[in-house]
Amino acid sequence: MPADDVMIRFDKVVKRFGDNVVLRELDFQARPGEHVTLIGPSGSGKTTILRLLMGLERVNGGTIQVGDEYLSHMRRGDKLVPADERHLRKVRRRIGMVFQQFNLFPNMNVLRNLTEAPISVLGQPREQAEARAKELLDMVGLAEKLTANPAELSGGQQQRVAIARALAMQPDVLLLDEVTSALDPELAAGVLDVLRDIARSTDVTLLCVTHAMKFARDISDRVLMFDGGKIIEDAPPAEIFDSPREARTRDFLQSVIET
Amino acid sequence: MGGWDWGFVSQIMPTLLRGLLVTFEATLLGSVLAFALGLVLALLRRAGIPVVSRLVWLFIEFVRSTPLLVQLYFLFFVLPDFGIRLSSLTAGVIGLGVHYACYTAEVYRAGIEGVPRAQWEAATALSLPRHRTWTRVILPQAVPRVLPALGNYVISMFKETPLLLAIGVIDLVGAAKEAGAGAYRYVEPYTLAGLLFLLLSYPAAVLVRRLERRVGH
Repeated sequence: MPADDVMIRFDKVVKRFGDNVVLRELDFQARPGEHVTLIGPSGSGKTTILRLLMGLERVNGGTIQVGDEYLSHMRRGDKLVPADERHLRKVRRRIGMVFQQFNLFPNMNVLRNLTEAPISVLGQPREQAEARAKELLDMVGLAEKLTANPAELSGGQQQRVAIARALAMQPDVLLLDEVTSALDPELAAGVLDVLRDIARSTDVTLLCVTHAMKFARDISDRVLMFDGGKIIEDAPPAEIFDSPREARTRDFLQSVIET
Repeated sequence: MGGWDWGFVSQIMPTLLRGLLVTFEATLLGSVLAFALGLVLALLRRAGIPVVSRLVWLFIEFVRSTPLLVQLYFLFFVLPDFGIRLSSLTAGVIGLGVHYACYTAEVYRAGIEGVPRAQWEAATALSLPRHRTWTRVILPQAVPRVLPALGNYVISMFKETPLLLAIGVIDLVGAAKEAGAGAYRYVEPYTLAGLLFLLLSYPAAVLVRRLERRVGH
């Protein structure tokens, strides 16, 4: 049985795309409220971890648990079988995700982007969903953009709306997939400030894939260095960034700083 | 032979306009059917049930590969043998609607495929139920994009309604034929019928082109 103090548990997770093995029997855990950052070269499997958690990809082996429930599987009698769509939907509700390209719904204004899921999935009354949406927009500094369309917003503003939209679902876990990679440095700074605030002021578990190393150092409790579908180093940020044990980590950090 | 007779024109105009009304009626009802059924066919093809998807594909290919005229004859002259008797206008509307649905289905399909995958993923990440994803996220983005293409099919259907004459629907061309036959004069009736078609379909085409440009950017 999963332990109480684990929010995310990967147990020998294997993920393949064709012949390409992206995750090789990956084990890792995150505690509730913990802020974990995944770093590593492109193609090392970081984003795949987030996509598996969001149910956008299925595992080829091993299990994933969220809290005390299996995400990848479900119990049938005393056997564990692959999760069906309904089970996946139920467990997935505890998880929110912010994407690299924001992915706001262009056919809805900002307010409706934030209220659509709380109303139709959580069954919140419209007034409650709208009140909460206004709070969240205020938190990300976009209270005045309530009725704007996504196309009228800058990339940074769109990303802040996307963060608010994910939080509107009150997730236990928030997945951040290179959320500033598509932004100019100036706009990225605004988004990262918002995320620092969230990391400080909420108890949401953060799982973050990023190349923004300063941000990673600021918000993380733990940093995991990925390479070749495996975790090769797992340590607090100060240790990883200041005195990495692995040569591969050192090389990677060097290359990130240079670009 | 003889020149243009304005007296005859004013005499046959009411008949022609009655015919035009029937043309409108057939086009309007046929379009509603084509838009609705086309969407259903497009959704069925994407429902992820291989048998259904295959059957829908077969149906679409079959309808698109046979002439509308044969389909109209079938609806009007063959179905009664199976106890299904349709009025000529009903058969005509069903014929037009089903025929064009097989084209609009492809239009919708292209529109749906044009919605980025990321939109589906965003909806998944918010746990939106499937039907809600369709009605709130995917279709509101897919349909506006294909409105010009749908508009073009309406115009095309409008110009094909004279085929309904073959099963006894007195549309604009049917009315012109009747008006001409009564007086053994065809210059005015057919010229006017042609002009009326032009007068209506050309502005419609301009409108669609304008819509295309608006949707384009």
